[in-house]
Amino acid sequence: MNPVIELAGLSVRFGQRDILKNLNCKLGGKTIGLLGPNGAGKSTLINTLLGFYEPVAGTARIFGNDIRRQANAIRQVVGYMPENDALIANMNAVSYVRMMAEISGLPAEAALERAHESLFYVGLGEARYRMLGSYSLGMKQMAKLAQAIVHGPRLLILDEPTNGLDPAARLRMIKMISEMRDSGEMHIVLCSHLLRDVEETCQEVIILKQGEMVHYSNLEEERKANKRFVEVETVGNDGGFAEAVEALGAECAPAGAGRWKMVFPEGVEMRALYRIAAERDLQLRRLNYRRDSLEDIFLKAMESDRIDRMKAAGAMHKNGHGKA
Amino acid sequence: MAVYKKSYKGFSGALTPAWSRFLVLPRYSFARLFQSKFLFIFYALCFFPVVGGAGFIYAVNNLGFLQSFGINIGDAVKINNNYFLAFLQFQGALCYLLTALVGPSLVAPDLANGALPLYFCRPFNRVEYVGGKMSVLFILLSAITWIPGVLLFLIQSSLAGWTWMADHWWIATGLVLGSVAWILILSLIALACSAWVRWRIAAGALVLGVFFLGSAFGSAINGVLKTEFGTRFDLARLMAVIWGDLLRSDTDLGASAWDAWSTLLAVSILCVWLLDKKIRAYEVVKG
Repeated sequence: MNPVIELAGLSVRFGQRDILKNLNCKLGGKTIGLLGPNGAGKSTLINTLLGFYEPVAGTARIFGNDIRRQANAIRQVVGYMPENDALIANMNAVSYVRMMAEISGLPAEAALERAHESLFYVGLGEARYRMLGSYSLGMKQMAKLAQAIVHGPRLLILDEPTNGLDPAARLRMIKMISEMRDSGEMHIVLCSHLLRDVEETCQEVIILKQGEMVHYSNLEEERKANKRFVEVETVGNDGGFAEAVEALGAECAPAGAGRWKMVFPEGVEMRALYRIAAERDLQLRRLNYRRDSLEDIFLKAMESDRIDRMKAAGAMHKNGHGKA
Repeated sequence: MAVYKKSYKGFSGALTPAWSRFLVLPRYSFARLFQSKFLFIFYALCFFPVVGGAGFIYAVNNLGFLQSFGINIGDAVKINNNYFLAFLQFQGALCYLLTALVGPSLVAPDLANGALPLYFCRPFNRVEYVGGKMSVLFILLSAITWIPGVLLFLIQSSLAGWTWMADHWWIATGLVLGSVAWILILSLIALACSAWVRWRIAAGALVLGVFFLGSAFGSAINGVLKTEFGTRFDLARLMAVIWGDLLRSDTDLGASAWDAWSTLLAVSILCVWLLDKKIRAYEVVKG
């Protein structure tokens, strides 16, 4: 699979501050989550990919186009929804979205048609002739999304798209992102500090901290891999049940009141568990595949990075380099 | 696709040529600008001197027409370089007012609303953006300066004979060059001021201030130091020097044409530098 985004030693510096440090990865998922605490460099990475900032070292490629040399080719296929307000207050939504479509290269008539479609799609159909300055925060977010998709981009970059949305509007936004992903016509980069939004929509996640990539996770694969970890609830006489399960090569631990936690090795099918229960006339009331939530992954990444730094600091101290 | 179909679909049609996209900006800007009745009326009034000028040329070239009203001007009034210089100066003053009204509303709202990232995340660069915004002023101001100026020149040529045209072609060249130089300097100053202050009203005041304060400062220097160096701060006077030079008028305005061109070039470079600093998707705070 050709990567959608490829970071090759990408570094960005503002003055004396290193904002992004030697980022390397290849991302090819339909939806890519960009996570990290405030100041981690998420927005800087997006802005660098869009060519707003010049890297001091390395480069990045989007659909194989280099951000240094082929910025126009990249911008032709990218839609961008910024985090901050970026609307012209004294324009109505149709004119605004249409103008953006025309700047992207759509002919005037097609731009008008697409502007109407996009505004209906994001749920602003009835309000499309209102001045943007009169929109609520949630409506402004939707208008920003409409201008980002109006020209039919192949890659949509969303910077904190659910900011300021009420729960219903947030759900609508997440549903739209999922729909666009499933349409098969575009890839999506979602930058958010809301783990739930990323977890619900993304297949791949990179976690940034202080300008460094501290974790890459293919959520799809992790979800599949972690299907071997199950939680089971039984009713009946469970004597010998744990031993029988362990005889399959699985690990089994009681969790109290007929509940069990099990980790199955590769090659063992879940059918074997049903068979053991049936042989003992044991009812299986509940069987959950458990997986690490994105929050677990995020916290682990933050924690492991902290431990790595402490170890490094300790090593420097031992060597006598850490003294101020 | 009909609007009721609320599913996402990409665009697969043909795109417009990249070079033509900067023309999108003037189209939308004109639509917004002429929603103001005041501006519409003011702009319409800017054409009155042109109509008056055409009538005057007709009358001067048809003395019998004036004599029928009992007016006998003899050879006192001629259509020559001084006539076109006066026309250029009057229309140039209107340009200045129009720029103070229109210029700040072109860039300042985009900057104040943080809309620049939306332009520059598209295949549309900063030069195209500034070019698109400048073209609004260029079209508006051209329509009341060099275009009617050349029309008046052609009217005069047709009435006075084509030998007159052959003898005075440099008037038309001077009208075009002088007007374009004035339009460019006004546009750059207006865009740079509005990009710098970001507030439309303050930007308008600043555009006026650059000329008024510059003139006052220049006069003060000239008065205190008993020199003519201060004229270099008076941009309107420098422009008048250039117009006078192009239209071969011998009025002394306290600066040479070379001084005027070089100063206006320096001001233009300063404006371009300011625009380069401010017209960016995001400003980088270095530290």
